[in-house]
Amino acid sequence: MSECRDCAGCGSPVAVSPAPAAAVKAVAVIGPPNSGKTTLFNRLTGLRQKVANFPGVTVEQHTGIAELADGQAVELIDLPGVYSLSPHSEDEQIAYDVLTGRRDDTPKPEAILLVLDSTNLSRHLMLAAPILSLGLPSLIILNMADDLRSRGGTVDTRALAKELGAPVALVSARQGQGIEQVRDFLSGTMAQPAPLSLPVLHDVPKCREWAGRVGSQADYRAPIAPKWTRRLDRWILHPVAGPLIFAFVVILVFQSIFSYVTPLMDGVKWLFDVSGTWIAATLPPSLLRSLLVEGVWRGVGSVIVFLPQVLLLFLFIGILEDSGYLARAALIADRTMARFGLQGKSFIPLLSAYACAVPAILSTRTIENKRDRTATILIAPFMTCSARFPVYALIIAAFLPNRQVLGFLSVRTVAMIGLYALGFVMAVLTARLLKSSILKSGRTPFLLEMPAYRWPTVQSLGLRLLDRAKVFLRRAGTVILLVTVLLWAAAHVPYTHGHPPAIRDSVAGTLGRTIEPAIRPLGFDWKIGIGLITSFAARETIIATLGAIYGMDHPDATSMDLQSALRHDLTPGGAVALLIFFAFAMQCVSTVAVVRRETGGWKWPLAQFAYMSAVAYGGAFLALHLWRFV
Amino acid sequence: MQLSSNKLSEPLPASLVDLRRGDEGVLSKIDLPVEDARRLMELGFLPGARVVAGQSAPGGDPRVFQVDGSEVAVRRETAQRLMILRKGRLSRPA
Repeated sequence: MSECRDCAGCGSPVAVSPAPAAAVKAVAVIGPPNSGKTTLFNRLTGLRQKVANFPGVTVEQHTGIAELADGQAVELIDLPGVYSLSPHSEDEQIAYDVLTGRRDDTPKPEAILLVLDSTNLSRHLMLAAPILSLGLPSLIILNMADDLRSRGGTVDTRALAKELGAPVALVSARQGQGIEQVRDFLSGTMAQPAPLSLPVLHDVPKCREWAGRVGSQADYRAPIAPKWTRRLDRWILHPVAGPLIFAFVVILVFQSIFSYVTPLMDGVKWLFDVSGTWIAATLPPSLLRSLLVEGVWRGVGSVIVFLPQVLLLFLFIGILEDSGYLARAALIADRTMARFGLQGKSFIPLLSAYACAVPAILSTRTIENKRDRTATILIAPFMTCSARFPVYALIIAAFLPNRQVLGFLSVRTVAMIGLYALGFVMAVLTARLLKSSILKSGRTPFLLEMPAYRWPTVQSLGLRLLDRAKVFLRRAGTVILLVTVLLWAAAHVPYTHGHPPAIRDSVAGTLGRTIEPAIRPLGFDWKIGIGLITSFAARETIIATLGAIYGMDHPDATSMDLQSALRHDLTPGGAVALLIFFAFAMQCVSTVAVVRRETGGWKWPLAQFAYMSAVAYGGAFLALHLWRFV
Repeated sequence: MQLSSNKLSEPLPASLVDLRRGDEGVLSKIDLPVEDARRLMELGFLPGARVVAGQSAPGGDPRVFQVDGSEVAVRRETAQRLMILRKGRLSRPA
């Protein structure tokens, strides 16, 4: 598939890369941001897609299989949204390298689908000349045909095809209109006009001039401004109503995550309890049963309980993003974020970090400025993720009475809100520190295109949720499963006289007692120590760990037995120290891994881990000692 | 922007910041480093392009501008560097 070609820019021949063993032909999907590229990609590939990173860089690579009517299959590569092919940003560089077959890890595409927004054709056509001059068979897809039509715009696709020397299809990926033309092109049954040689201009004004001329040759009439978008923006960006709507949306998201989803979470927990009891009753008492019930079922189950919460958050984010509101939210948040040296685009990752830092860090990809992006990645784990929630809930319930303050708020709620605020404050202070020192950046303009409002489609939301669910369950099935099994094993060796040891004398207990001198100043004993060690794999693991250590039957956040055991081992000051420790520490291997991947090395994740650990240790130490004066 | 009384007769340089909502201007110059200017031009902010000031975030910054068929939010510090020839209703006496 890969051929030796002279590259136009540098004049040196590209080495022949070993042909990847791909039997299906590869087709690249490319287009400017907001052209509906991903919607088309979803429409063509459905569930058969996977997301990975281009090795060595932080650009996401979506690939998927599109099946054609004749049984043929085509591999689609969804390239990042770019405005031009002159490699100025990482995204553009990747797009250019893939299209010209310079990446060994990606097959050189045999054809290109160029997706343009038909409602903004004159500007989007600028990308046509550089793409078509690559000499690959290409289909120009004018997307959002429904919007174009309903807003009174027209275009003569035949004339445009003649002007460009490439077939043109007018489609609406969202509604599925015209998609058969794309499939025809992919199966090679579409008529191809004679290719033309188009001028590749590197000067933007000349390029725009050319695009405008081609557009008018094709009788392009731009649609009128989106009436509803303007009308909605009058409210959504209103000086008074705007922030109120913004606050309402944020509160609604939080409220849903913390209260409305409780029955669902209880349901999942119930499923695990019932099935765990059933397994325990079915299997004869043995090591295997102990491993399955105490190790696997409880450990993994205590984490899967949070799946509904995480999915709900992503449903909200999906709706906000697909409808176009998120761009407005970023605009509204920009001033506040600017005060901390960040920009509006950092708001979205920080909001999603309340569910989990991993997807939050992935979503920083929308931030073009590298230093702003790194700063956002570094502070995201301070936001109170859903894995901290059960830990907070357990400790707060064990140490604080359910007393009312101000008549309507319980002391526990106040403590919980305080912990959420604490994480946010530390994130913001760290951002300030970073942006005024090592990550100080020059003035890169903050530019954000405001897309027209659109109804989100069920298909797109469904695909997102499925993707998130897969990621979440994979984590529970790998990292957390492994830790719980390891813990179980460490708590069961060494065997003496055919019996497992007392937990204190087991390998796990010995480990806990080894680190005890280091955590004694924070008010923690060796049992909490074991919990802390396991919680560095994933925070919520500490609950399963402590439950197992205390030999309780139900190591979950609401168990009275676990609570009284905690009260026995921790002073109130120690409990506060433990809460502070969890608020600040970076106890999550997945986050460390994703930071390494996204920043392209070990430098940032290690620095971040060291910094957060130091803040956590210092904070917990201070909390314990200040508590004496309370 | 400095005012000196003897130069009042000359047209003052204006930028996108001087446009109020609904005002229109024709972009004359982008006073930014090449890379940044390129990004702006790719989004439609080309010399000679008609720019209409739209809504802004609460507090007035950043502001949305309608340009070349799309709406783009730009911070004040950037908008100051996008110089215009004024057209349409003039909002403020110079």
